[in-house]
Amino acid sequence: MTAGSMLLDAAAHAGFYGLMGRTSGPQIRGGEAAALLRLSPVPVEAPDDHFDILLAIDWLNVQRFAAELPLTPDSLIITDPDAGEVPAAIAAYGARIVELPMKELAKKIPGGRANMIALGAVAELVGLPVSAFTETLGKALKKKRQDALEASIAAVNAGAEAAKALQATARLGVPQGDLPPRWAITGNSAAGYGAIRGGVRFVAAYPITPATEMLEWMAPALQKVGGALVQAEDELASINMAIGASFGGTPSLTATSGPGLALMIEAIGLAVASETPVVVVDVMRGGPSTGIPTKTEQSDLNIALYGLHGDAPHLVLAPTSVADCLFTTQWAVHLAEAVQCPAIVLSDQSMAQTRAVIDRPADLAFVARRETVSALAAEETYKRYALTGTGVSPMAIPGTPGCQYTADGLEHSETGSPSSQASDHLAQLDKRLHKLTDYQYGDHWAVVEGEGDVAVLTWGSTTGAVREALALAQADGLKARLVAPRLLYPAQPEKMAEALDGVKRILVVEQSHLGQFHKYLRAEYDLPTRDVTLFNRPGPLPMRPGEIRQRLLSWR
Amino acid sequence: MDSKTAAPALTAKDFKSDLKPVWCPGCGDFTVLSSITKALAELGLRPEEVAVVSGIGCSSRLPAYLNTYGFHGVHGRALPTAAGLKLSRPELTVLAAGGDGDGYSIGGNHFLHAARRNADFTYVVMDNRVYGMTKGQPSPTTEPDWDSALTPGGTGLSPFRPLVIALASGANFVARAFSGDPNGTAEIIAEAIKHPGFSFIEVMSPCVTFRDEQRQWKTQVRPSPVPATSDRSQAARRLMTDDGFNIGILFKGDRTPYQPPLRARMTAADLEAEFAL
Ligand SMILES: Cc1ncc(C[n+]2csc(CCOP(=O)(O)OP(=O)(O)O)c2C)c(N)n1
Ligand code: SF4
Repeated sequence: MTAGSMLLDAAAHAGFYGLMGRTSGPQIRGGEAAALLRLSPVPVEAPDDHFDILLAIDWLNVQRFAAELPLTPDSLIITDPDAGEVPAAIAAYGARIVELPMKELAKKIPGGRANMIALGAVAELVGLPVSAFTETLGKALKKKRQDALEASIAAVNAGAEAAKALQATARLGVPQGDLPPRWAITGNSAAGYGAIRGGVRFVAAYPITPATEMLEWMAPALQKVGGALVQAEDELASINMAIGASFGGTPSLTATSGPGLALMIEAIGLAVASETPVVVVDVMRGGPSTGIPTKTEQSDLNIALYGLHGDAPHLVLAPTSVADCLFTTQWAVHLAEAVQCPAIVLSDQSMAQTRAVIDRPADLAFVARRETVSALAAEETYKRYALTGTGVSPMAIPGTPGCQYTADGLEHSETGSPSSQASDHLAQLDKRLHKLTDYQYGDHWAVVEGEGDVAVLTWGSTTGAVREALALAQADGLKARLVAPRLLYPAQPEKMAEALDGVKRILVVEQSHLGQFHKYLRAEYDLPTRDVTLFNRPGPLPMRPGEIRQRLLSWR
Repeated sequence: MDSKTAAPALTAKDFKSDLKPVWCPGCGDFTVLSSITKALAELGLRPEEVAVVSGIGCSSRLPAYLNTYGFHGVHGRALPTAAGLKLSRPELTVLAAGGDGDGYSIGGNHFLHAARRNADFTYVVMDNRVYGMTKGQPSPTTEPDWDSALTPGGTGLSPFRPLVIALASGANFVARAFSGDPNGTAEIIAEAIKHPGFSFIEVMSPCVTFRDEQRQWKTQVRPSPVPATSDRSQAARRLMTDDGFNIGILFKGDRTPYQPPLRARMTAADLEAEFAL
């Protein structure tokens, strides 16, 4: 466990909320890396505008991601005298620099480590009781000897003691009394858990950053609940295995990132045509091509929405926070099974690899409930692709007597036999569209909050920053709404019109160089033609609450 | 009541669907279809217990002509689709079927890994050394000097050797059959289905439209002079002197099939404990 995780855990045990992301240089292992923490007495969903403390045990080549470590002149840089000069790109922020001999202090404690000294120092500076570390350290060191634990606690204490001489920066305040049950979870684990709660029992996948941890969490979890994760030879195999398992009646999923999604596209079209439910979680990273594997971006929206060949309507969803990764993935399983269609869930590196302290999510009723057929009346012929009122046709699961059929990616008639007739093509295209557009998705289609004649439209992980920006702007007297669609496809024009009723100006916030979300909104929704402003930038730099607030206030 | 014992015995005909094949008259795939139905009937299986998965090509049209469950997927991906089905529903009898282009070219990587993974299903390749469906291009098993519009003068490439690759990749059952001998093919298919693990059958199945000369295969094939071996290296040595016309089961291994246990020890709700603070 890293020092950053211990700090987050200790704060959580002391009653605080927080989140921790990570960033690093290009090395496979070792090299410069930073844990990016935000701690707060109230739940937080996005990185803050800047850091109050930057503590460096070593600098190495930290300048390579200096832009991801914004500081102000009020921030405090704590550096070990052994670590050398503060890199110019960091010093340029103008923050106060103090030295703390962490390595030297650690040497004085048998078994002491510099990162434990650092933990103690930060705890002291932000006002976190050192006692909060006892349980966290105990857990982290459970397999080691008692003296290792004692050495760590001594080091934390020594760090706290040494930091007393440093001038305090921002303090954490006091935790809320009466806390609800809380979890510490990453977006990747939350998505995996949501999938399992939704009923997924078969996963096939190929490792790829930043989706791998979702799969590594799911593999043992599936074993426990009677499912299985198969490591496939590539993404072509992954998606087709998942489709094969789903054809067999088992709710199935695969998870990947952009390059893997690109390989899966043909088979996702097969799932559309053969009406086989399957969930594909795409944990987005910087693209195109191999891009920036370890860093976030919201640039797979186009491929997820429009990448399939042919007219191939399918579900596209996006969670709006770490906690929402659970809800949205579970809902995606439910929807995919209900409408017998593939669902692409767009998570991203920033939420997937962020560990957050959240209030325990509510139990959800959304589970896989596929319409199946169990028996036929004598002499009745089973029609797998029957044209029903809802467009959803009861599916025969292999093993069901009398209902044998061949699922097909070739266009087909109602029975499933291949057909190139215009009438069958139109009927089946209509059916596959209407089962999606006629479905009642309810209020979960989007996060809709606030009031006023200004609206901010965003999606995915930038939602948290926008929500915080709106709270800040409200303190400045500006009222605005937040609309973040969770269900990106099929679009919900009537619900959007209702959410935007009375809105005069719209700010679109997204993390894509091409403004993919903005173009999607223009294509799928009736937005006012003027007074729609786009605030976008590519990854990996997060959209920060302060700059969104600035944009909004500049409109007055 | 056990429905299996009560149900009347089925014949090969009961495993055929009403759909008329799109194949050219004389195509070898007709008899492969018959051999499969015969094998399934002889094994006493019920149509609903069987699923046949395929990719794309003339040969890959086969599942719809059966009265079993079927999945006609995308080009080259029959093996992973079949694996996903078998691993999640181990009680089903699963077959994958397709052509040489589908299995050895676009799906070549899956062929290696299906053999290596050794899930318990049977793969029937109808090899006609040509892409039939796209009207006559060379496949990985085509002779180097076979002339085509796409490869004037031939590819100049030495052919892929399916049995060698299957054996080297870990397949647990390796055989060659000839569509002109439907009874022999049916026997091999039945043996393959019964044998645990990944069973591979290369069926020489002439394309009378684009490789008319393959009609001569019936004069060239012969039953393998030696019985199947369970020794992988002996099987490999036999393949070194094999001229491609020996018909029969080459190898029957004893590898344990890959199959995750699928046994629940707790509920999904129980997993919550690891996140709770
Ligand atoms: C991704 C993709 N690429 C190309 C094709 C076109 N295509 C259809 S069948 C086929 C080759 C089939 O050859 P083979 O598997 O040997 O089967 P045969 O028709 O000879 O039985 C090709 C290239 C396709 N359907 N999908
Ligand atoms: S083209 Fe060849 S492989 Fe295809 S159906 Fe005709 S004979 Fe058979």
